[in-house]
Amino acid sequence: MGLVLFYLKKFYKIVRNEVLVLPSRVIVALFFIVLLGLPLVTQDPYVIRIIILTSIFAILAASWDLLSGFTGQMNFGHALFFGVGAYSSALINLHAHIPPWGSVPLGAMVAVIAGLIVGIPCLRLKHTYLALTTLAFPIILTGIIFALPEYTGGELGVSGLKRFTNSLIGNYYLHVVTMLVLAVIMWKITDSHTGIIFHAIREDELAVKASGINTTRYKLLAFCLSGFFAGIAGGLYAHYMRIAGPSTLEVSMSFTVVIWAIFGGAATIYGPIGAVFILFPLLEFFRFWPEYRTMIFAAVVLVILLYMPEGFIHWIRDKIEKECPRCKIRNAATRKTCRVCTAGLD
Amino acid sequence: MNIIISGLITGSMLALLAIGFSLIFGVARIVNIAHTAFYMVASYCIYYLSVKTGLNPLLSMLIAVAAVTILGLLVYKFLIDPIREHEGAVLIATIALAMVFQEIVLLLFKGDYRTVDFLITGFFTIGGVKVFYQQLLTFGVVLLTLGALWFLLMKTRLGLAIRSTAEDREVANLMGMNESRLAMITLGISVALAGLTGAVLAPLTVLNPYMWMEPLIMMMAVVVLGGLGSIKGSFVAAFILGFTEALVVFLIPKGAFLKGSVALTIMILVLLIRPEGLFGVSFEEER
Repeated sequence: MGLVLFYLKKFYKIVRNEVLVLPSRVIVALFFIVLLGLPLVTQDPYVIRIIILTSIFAILAASWDLLSGFTGQMNFGHALFFGVGAYSSALINLHAHIPPWGSVPLGAMVAVIAGLIVGIPCLRLKHTYLALTTLAFPIILTGIIFALPEYTGGELGVSGLKRFTNSLIGNYYLHVVTMLVLAVIMWKITDSHTGIIFHAIREDELAVKASGINTTRYKLLAFCLSGFFAGIAGGLYAHYMRIAGPSTLEVSMSFTVVIWAIFGGAATIYGPIGAVFILFPLLEFFRFWPEYRTMIFAAVVLVILLYMPEGFIHWIRDKIEKECPRCKIRNAATRKTCRVCTAGLD
Repeated sequence: MNIIISGLITGSMLALLAIGFSLIFGVARIVNIAHTAFYMVASYCIYYLSVKTGLNPLLSMLIAVAAVTILGLLVYKFLIDPIREHEGAVLIATIALAMVFQEIVLLLFKGDYRTVDFLITGFFTIGGVKVFYQQLLTFGVVLLTLGALWFLLMKTRLGLAIRSTAEDREVANLMGMNESRLAMITLGISVALAGLTGAVLAPLTVLNPYMWMEPLIMMMAVVVLGGLGSIKGSFVAAFILGFTEALVVFLIPKGAFLKGSVALTIMILVLLIRPEGLFGVSFEEER
C-alpha cells in the first residue's frame, strides 16, 4: 500500500512539475488521452475508420521525417517503402498463410531491404539529385507490378487479406496504440545519440565526417529505420483495407507524405504526426464538396505555408511557448520570468 | 521508323521541359514541381481558344504562351517569393500549386480526353510509316527554340547574368546583379518554355488534367541524367530517354507498362557511375 502511494505521489509530482508547466506537453498528454478514450465516447464506425487511417498515415509521415527531416536526405519516393511493405505483407499473408501478426513485421523487413537497395546508390547523390532519383524507384516498381499481373494482381492489386481482428474497437486500439508506440520510439531515436548524428549530417556533413563519424553508415541506418517504420505502416494499411494495390506506390502518395511532413514542420517527429491528424480529417470533412476537395486541400496548404513557412505545428509551438534567453529552457508564453533561472523573458 | 519518330517527339518534349526546369533550379534553387502543370495549362488554353472560341490556332498558341508566362510570374510574386528562404516550404508550395491547377482544369473542362487540331495537315510516307507534317513542324520548332535559348544564354548580357548567378549566387549578388529580379526573369523564361512545349505538343497528344504527372517524372529523370543546369546534358539525356521509351514500347510485349521503369533504371545505372550526371559539373558543396 505504501509503495502504491509512493508511486502515485511520484506520478503526481511528475505531472505537476514536468507536464503541466508547458502547454505543448499538456497538448501531447491530452492527445494521448483523447485518442485512447475516444471509443468510450463514440463508436461511430466512420469516425473510427478515419482515425485508424489517420494513425497509419501518421506513422508514414513520421518515418519520412526520420529520414528526410533529420538527415536531410530528401526522399521523394517514400511511397516505395509503403508500397513494398503493403505488397510484401499481403503476399506473405496470402501465399504463406502467415497471420497478420507475423506478416506485417515480415513485410516491414522487406521494406528495410528496399531501404538498403535505394540507400546504397543514393549515398553518392546529394540534395536535389537525390530527391529526383528517389522519385524514380516507386515508378520502376509500379512498372514491374503492371508487367507481372500473375503474381501481383496488376492494376487490381492483391486482395482478400485477413484483418487483425474483426471487432471495431479491437482494430481501433490495435492501430492507435501501434501508432503511439512507434511514434514514441521514433521520437526516442531522434532524441538519442544517433538522432544527434542525424541532425548533424543534415547541418554539415563534412564536419561530421571530420569528427571521425562514418556518415555513410548512419545514412544507410536512416534509410533502413525509415523503411522499417514506413513498411509497418504499409502492412497495416494493406491488412486494414484488405487490399494492396498500385495506388500505394503512386507519385501522389509520395508527394502527400512530403506535404504532411513539411506542413507540420520537418525534423520534429511530432510535427508530421500533428499535421496528419489535422489534414487527413480535414480532407475527409471536405467530402461534402467532392469536386472542390483536392483544390481546397491544396489551397489550405498554400495559404498556411505563406504565413508559417516553418510549419504549422512549429508556429503554434512558438506562439504558446517562449525560450528563456539565458538558460534556453522553454516556458509557457504567459509567464513573465523563466521557470528555472527566473531571468526576465522577452 | 516509328521508333525514330516517336523517340524524336518524346525527346524534344522532354528536352524543352527539362531545360526550363533546370534553368530555374540553377538560378533560384527552386525545385518547381508545378513546371509540367504549366505545360498542361498551356495545352488547355490552346484547346479552349482554338476549339471552343474558334480562334486561329497560331494566334491562340501565342496567347496561350503569353498567358501562361504571366500566370507563372504572378504565382512567383505572390506565392513563391515570400517563402524563398525555406526550401521545404517552396517545394510543397509548388506541389500544392500543381494540384490546384489540375483541379481547376478538371472543374472547367471535366476529366474527358480532348484533342486539338493539327496546324498543318497532311503526311508523307517513308518505309511504310506515315510522317505527319505536324510532327516535323514540332521537331523544327523545338530545335529553333533550343537554338534561340543557347544564343540567349551564351551571347547576351542577360544570359551571362543568368549563368553567373547559377554558378555562384552570392558572388553574383556582390557584383551588383539584382538576384531577385533575375530569378523573376528566369522564371518567366522557364515557364514560357513550358508553355511553348504545351503549344507545340498539344496537337500531338491527348489532353487530360492528369497529363502533367508522367512528363514530370521523365523530365526530372532527364534533368538528373543530363546533369543539373547543363543544357547540352538535358538535350542529350532527353533524346536518350525518349528513344529508350520508344524502343521499349515497340519492341517488348507489355512495353507500355515498362517504359517508365526501363528509362528510369537507365538513369539510376548512369548515376551509379557518374553521380553528377552525364554532363554535369560537380558543384562545390554549398555550405
